[in-house]
Amino acid sequence: MVAAGLYLKRFYTVVRGEVLVLPSRVIVALFFLVLLGMPLISQDPYLIRIIVLTSIFAILAASWDLLSGFTGQMNFGHALFFGVGAYASALLNIHLHMPPWGTIPLGAMAAVLTGLIVGIPCLRLKHTYLALTTMAFPIILMGIVFALPDFTGGELGISGLPRISNSLLGNYYIYVGTMLVLCTIMWKITDSNTGIIFHAIREDELAVKASGINTTRYKLLAFCLSGFFAGIAGGLYAHYMRIAGPSTLEVSMSFTVVIWGVFGGMATIYGPVAAVFILFPLLEFVRFWPEYRTLIFAVIVLLILLYMPEGLIPWVRDKIEKECPRCKVKNIATRDTCRICSASLN
Amino acid sequence: MNILITGLITGSMLALLAISFSLIFGVARIVNIAHTAFYMVAGYCIFSLTGKFGLNPVAGMMIAVMVVTVFGLLAYKFLIDPIREHEAAVLIATIALAMIFQEAVMLIYTGDYRTVSALIEGYFTLMGVKVFYQQVLTFGVVLVILGLLWVLLMKTKLGLAIRSTAEDREVANLMGMNESRLAMITMGISVALAGFTGAVLAPLTVLSPYMWMEPLIMMMAVVVLGGLGSIKGSFVAAYILGFTEALVVFLIPKGAFLKGSVALTIMILVLLLRPEGLFGISFEEER
Repeated sequence: MVAAGLYLKRFYTVVRGEVLVLPSRVIVALFFLVLLGMPLISQDPYLIRIIVLTSIFAILAASWDLLSGFTGQMNFGHALFFGVGAYASALLNIHLHMPPWGTIPLGAMAAVLTGLIVGIPCLRLKHTYLALTTMAFPIILMGIVFALPDFTGGELGISGLPRISNSLLGNYYIYVGTMLVLCTIMWKITDSNTGIIFHAIREDELAVKASGINTTRYKLLAFCLSGFFAGIAGGLYAHYMRIAGPSTLEVSMSFTVVIWGVFGGMATIYGPVAAVFILFPLLEFVRFWPEYRTLIFAVIVLLILLYMPEGLIPWVRDKIEKECPRCKVKNIATRDTCRICSASLN
Repeated sequence: MNILITGLITGSMLALLAISFSLIFGVARIVNIAHTAFYMVAGYCIFSLTGKFGLNPVAGMMIAVMVVTVFGLLAYKFLIDPIREHEAAVLIATIALAMIFQEAVMLIYTGDYRTVSALIEGYFTLMGVKVFYQQVLTFGVVLVILGLLWVLLMKTKLGLAIRSTAEDREVANLMGMNESRLAMITMGISVALAGFTGAVLAPLTVLSPYMWMEPLIMMMAVVVLGGLGSIKGSFVAAYILGFTEALVVFLIPKGAFLKGSVALTIMILVLLLRPEGLFGISFEEER
């Protein structure tokens, strides 16, 4: 009893000292709580469906950010990894009758392999060349998919895949849980030494090379990691929609991912996730004017960018938090002195 | 023979699009994803001008090109110029712009396929294949425009300014060239060329709100294959890819599905051997 009380007190102290002091951390904590507690409030199948799809795309957008935001390797063909993940899990499921928990990791592995195949020629390219070339890969794969309709289902795709779980709530928790875990992992990766090297490659590749770091290896690693997470997203998507179709490879798919990534703020991981959670449900809720949906989407993106070219989330973050000029610790914007070193913030 | 004609037409279209695309990329470092959307808008403009208002086709074409140019300049002034320092933001701003055009066209004209009547009707038969006068006309006009563009770039003061800005923006600025005005002018030329491509090609294709996607990919492939910023490269690469597409479509069963794949695979193979494209100069790394 006493031990539990002590533990609770300690937990409370940690929460008060580490989470409640910064609005961004409060928001992240609330985000986790709300997502996990959502079914207690409402179990509307439509709402659940939107959240599940949003979670899948959040993984995808975050994985794009891991590659393009951090290492600066602008990938305009991110749909490739998504599509490979989706098709690989679907093919394994239909032809080899594997269960979803086996096909999704294998699909992700296929996407990693694709990441390697794409990454190696792309190592020689820079900036715009890279962006324009990566756009080509999903189109090539799409051509192959259409040309082999017996194997890949052609235009109709592969349908009739089983869901991971048959209950509504089971599915919800599997998808939302996976999303939260994977995004946390990605965020941790970018926070680690590897992430710092990724970031450095984006800023100045030559300087990183000069520091004795094998940038080639790290760039390939970024392609593989990004492919892995996007592949998982693809597999999850295929098993949720119960179909893997060519729409997963479309140009508009790649573009949408780029829009999410840049809209939310590049090189943040949480930015793209937040962008998906804002834009995707928003698009669903304007469904009563279906013909204006894409138009509204594009106009919103354009207007927000005009005022916040760095992306929505970094803009918000800078508004609610200040960095201490002396010890570089984040503080809530309403404070006058730093919470650690009490230096003046203004 | 069919292969030759299709290849020539596709190649000319890609050449015009790719050259105008690399023009604005060279001068302002803007990757204009909406480039082919302007091409689509021009096609639809002609459709409504000649179909609804009964204008004669040549006047319709002129007005369409002008309308598209104005659109392009407005978009540049109000949407792209304010955020030009943020490359990623510019990129998705142009994607969003293309989507807006697509949706606007979809709302006004619905998603149905439309056709535009040809400038000159009729055809002649050459070696057993029908050659439409419109095809000959399109090809001729494209060559003329490319010639004019070459004269503009190589022989005039404006062309010199454009080329030097493309080479080194800062130095050009130091030499007293008004960089932002030049970017504006180049944007105008570039978009006008895209509109023009749409205008000459509209009678040969079917119009649909999604018609900008496929040429966009091929145009990018041409630009990359030929080398960014190299006009000669774009020209050669456009015909290489145009003929590849035509060959694949006519010679391989189910080729229509594979034409994009084969052309893009060629591009990637070339890039493996020559990362800067066929005629590209590898840029000094900007730091």
